[in-house]
Amino acid sequence: MTQAALDFPSSRAKDGTLYLDNAATSWPKPPGVARSMCHFLDEVGANPGRSGHRMSIEAARIVYATREMIASLFGAPDPLRVIFGSNVTDGINLGLHGLLKPGDHVITSSMEHNAVMRPLHDLQQKGVEFTQVPCESDGTLEPDQVEKAIRPNTRLIALNHASNVCGTILPIREVGEITRQHNLLFLVDTAQSAGVLPVDMVEDLIDLLAFTGHKSLYGPMGTGGLIIGERIQPTDLHPIRQGGTGSRSEKEVQPDFLPDRCESGTPNAVGLAGLLAALEWLQEYGIGKIYFHEKLLCASILDGLANISGVVVYGTQDAAKQTATVAFNIQGMEPSTVGLRLDEEFNILCRIGLHCAPSAHHTLGTFPDGCVRFGLGAFNTLADIHQTLDAVHRLAKEAV
Amino acid sequence: MSSEFAAILVDSTSHALRIEKLLVNQDLACKLIPVPRHLSSDCGVCVRILKSDMETIKTLLIEHHINDQIIEAI
Repeated sequence: MTQAALDFPSSRAKDGTLYLDNAATSWPKPPGVARSMCHFLDEVGANPGRSGHRMSIEAARIVYATREMIASLFGAPDPLRVIFGSNVTDGINLGLHGLLKPGDHVITSSMEHNAVMRPLHDLQQKGVEFTQVPCESDGTLEPDQVEKAIRPNTRLIALNHASNVCGTILPIREVGEITRQHNLLFLVDTAQSAGVLPVDMVEDLIDLLAFTGHKSLYGPMGTGGLIIGERIQPTDLHPIRQGGTGSRSEKEVQPDFLPDRCESGTPNAVGLAGLLAALEWLQEYGIGKIYFHEKLLCASILDGLANISGVVVYGTQDAAKQTATVAFNIQGMEPSTVGLRLDEEFNILCRIGLHCAPSAHHTLGTFPDGCVRFGLGAFNTLADIHQTLDAVHRLAKEAV
Repeated sequence: MSSEFAAILVDSTSHALRIEKLLVNQDLACKLIPVPRHLSSDCGVCVRILKSDMETIKTLLIEHHINDQIIEAI
């Protein structure tokens, strides 16, 4: 048995609490993550890339190793094109605000998170136009609809890979092909898919890949960023943050090379040390194995929810077409009540409401009330699913 | 007195680490050191190598499409 298999932590807190909010952030983390962060703080500690002494260089080595692992995971052309930031939102903001100019047109879907929609609405005030292509009521997207929305001034298509509300997977490769046929750029938000579904910048024809470290990559919060493909010149992207980089210190203008052009200020090196350990764990354990495990859990909970009277499930309701994020409501009971009672009476933690994605809820027909979301993760088990279904069954019986 | 070392000047620490990895994999001696003031006013690092390896390393960097780095004797 490998070390990774031995290091499989329990999905339960010490008091038995069952965590089903992995779509917000994964928990628990592989044990090596905390160890690696402690090691960084206790033994390494120095500022990466800011000094020439050995502790600083060791810190920079850890950051660079993380860069290489991220590049390898996503098929990026060059580790120096991996830009680290605080999270996927940082990455999306850099991509959208850094690239788009007044007069540009962007196409996106009606299933996007506010991490995409809020920057687009802000850019609209500055002369950028955008079109939201409507998705079906299960969140699926017809690539033809995207192609029909292309205008002469369209510059970018921005899509999430999987919905943060109901897990529906969007056809990124097909849309990627459309972007190449029309010479457009393609930004993909992998917040809900990285680490579970295969994502490859070359095969999926992605120019800007935004990622987060703390969800299904199993790293700590405060890690994420953007990978910039080779069709984009470093100078095509205006940095959203400027400042010290530890390089070209004699100049008071931002460097024009990556990653420094887009990475100013001291990075979250302790977080990246944790992310490195998480990526090593993922690589050893295998993303494919996690996908099949989560698919099994997802199929099981979908099947169980479909058999509970009074429960309405949203999305594709097909484990092959979604991630293990499941959205539902109990008729006659507010999502907030369901969430509170699951927490207080059944020791089950999930997320209710609109999930920072009002447009997605409009698409699913759940706006403005929202829904209940179970975000399953690699460490959940079938026993967790059975306990959860039993709890939902009991609540649904009361609601009738 | 001339030294036995040369320095590869790089854009950033990330670039230096990329080169260090390449050289270590080829068993070529190298060390990341602060950039000597007489070569650059940058506060970053450079890759110190043996002067006797300069030609081998220049070829290696070109083979790996790392063409824009300057190598100078120190």
